[in-house]
Amino acid sequence: MAEPQFLVHSPKDNVGVVVVEGLEAGTDMLGVITETDTTINVKSGHDIPIGHKVALEDLKEGDTIIKYGVDIGKMVGGAAKGEHVHVHNLKTKRW
Amino acid sequence: MAKGNGKSNNTFMGYRRENGRVGVRNHVIILPVDDISNAACEAIGNNIKGTMALPHSYGRLQFGADLDLHFRTMIGTGSNPNVAAVIVIGIEPEWTKIIVDGIAKTGKPVTGFSIEQHGDLEIVATAGRQAKEYVHWATELQREECDMSELWVSTKCGESDTTTGLGSCPTVGNMYDKLIPKGIYGCFGETSEITGAEHICEARAANPEAAKKFMEIFQAYQDDVIEAHKVDDLSDSQPTKGNILGGLSTIEEKALGNLEKIGRECKYIDALGPAEEPEKGPGLYYMDTSSAAAECVTLMAAAGYVVHTFPTGQGNIVGNPIVPVVKITANPRTVRTMSEHIDVDVSGILRREMTLDKAGDSLIEMIRRTANGRSTAAEALGHKEFVMTKLYRSA
Repeated sequence: MAEPQFLVHSPKDNVGVVVVEGLEAGTDMLGVITETDTTINVKSGHDIPIGHKVALEDLKEGDTIIKYGVDIGKMVGGAAKGEHVHVHNLKTKRW
Repeated sequence: MAKGNGKSNNTFMGYRRENGRVGVRNHVIILPVDDISNAACEAIGNNIKGTMALPHSYGRLQFGADLDLHFRTMIGTGSNPNVAAVIVIGIEPEWTKIIVDGIAKTGKPVTGFSIEQHGDLEIVATAGRQAKEYVHWATELQREECDMSELWVSTKCGESDTTTGLGSCPTVGNMYDKLIPKGIYGCFGETSEITGAEHICEARAANPEAAKKFMEIFQAYQDDVIEAHKVDDLSDSQPTKGNILGGLSTIEEKALGNLEKIGRECKYIDALGPAEEPEKGPGLYYMDTSSAAAECVTLMAAAGYVVHTFPTGQGNIVGNPIVPVVKITANPRTVRTMSEHIDVDVSGILRREMTLDKAGDSLIEMIRRTANGRSTAAEALGHKEFVMTKLYRSA
């Protein structure tokens, strides 16, 4: 298998994690869902640093973010599919 | 046969102590009861080669549960099987004696000295002579073949990022899933970093008592620490700035990655107080600890754990004076920029070149080599962070 640009923990997740350095906007990315060992393809909408999350679908303010198949917080801004998801648009629901 | 001195992959060469426990190091330590005894301890550590002073910042005017924890940490550190013999030095004789008597229960050589009415110079001379005798004695001790099941292996992750949840933490989890059934003692903790996954952690208890104890510890932390001291929320320290740089956005995301360290199968059989020795036999234990690396590793070492496994993403560099800390990372950038700190590179997991099963096996092999005597990166680089956990202000 070719080296993936991003990994996804669970098929329920709506974000993935970029696992390569220097990923640029406009890249046709290969992703692997590790739980099922299946592949998906997403085009990156931003330059995204290694370890940072990418939206796997269009996300809007208020949407719940699922990672590891579990709720990790809510969107406080929007991100289109392929765009960067991080502290600028994602926040815990706890505080 | 794999590298190392052990005769098979199921054994390692360790130091069997007077109480039957097995150590993987053979330290003669000079342990200060209190902050003002550090100078005498460090002078002996400098004078007598083969000894090591463990300076720290506390031990005066503590009381109640905070004093109990101080004594438990001191006694536990001296009692750890990685320690052959101990010199204890305090400003006055009574607290010194409490620590000496606690360590003496293991049967190992320990002598206490107090500075009042003598002064540093006299104590450095008399305690130094005793320390030198201990070095002669300890250096003649021989390693013997021990079963891997005699290892006590703790874990805590640090400078986590999203790669720790994908690679290095599940590598530790895979190791526990393989070694806990063989009879080792395991330990995880970090009460603040379970926040957001506390119900998942509760469900991993082996029995209702352990689950109840864990939830009581978790709730007490929320009430006594967070609610009592918060100014806004924990967003500025949990996730840490390093975590956020590494791509972690919320405490829930961090907690879920953290819990990957306990694998798929393991269940914890008890929830321990900080530095409390496990007493329910082999298995995995939860310990109430801070998530600050040096404090957590110090507490687990004081509970009797002899090897520590430490997954990191962005590159935490912590070590411990008496316990070898094995660093594991899956982040290829950290492997590239901080290779001198990494013992086990599992970045192949991210490239899908390495299975979790293979990563777990490579960690087990590194634990065995470390137990045999291989210096970890943190040991070779001189990391000896020994940090007491303080529950509240001194009187």
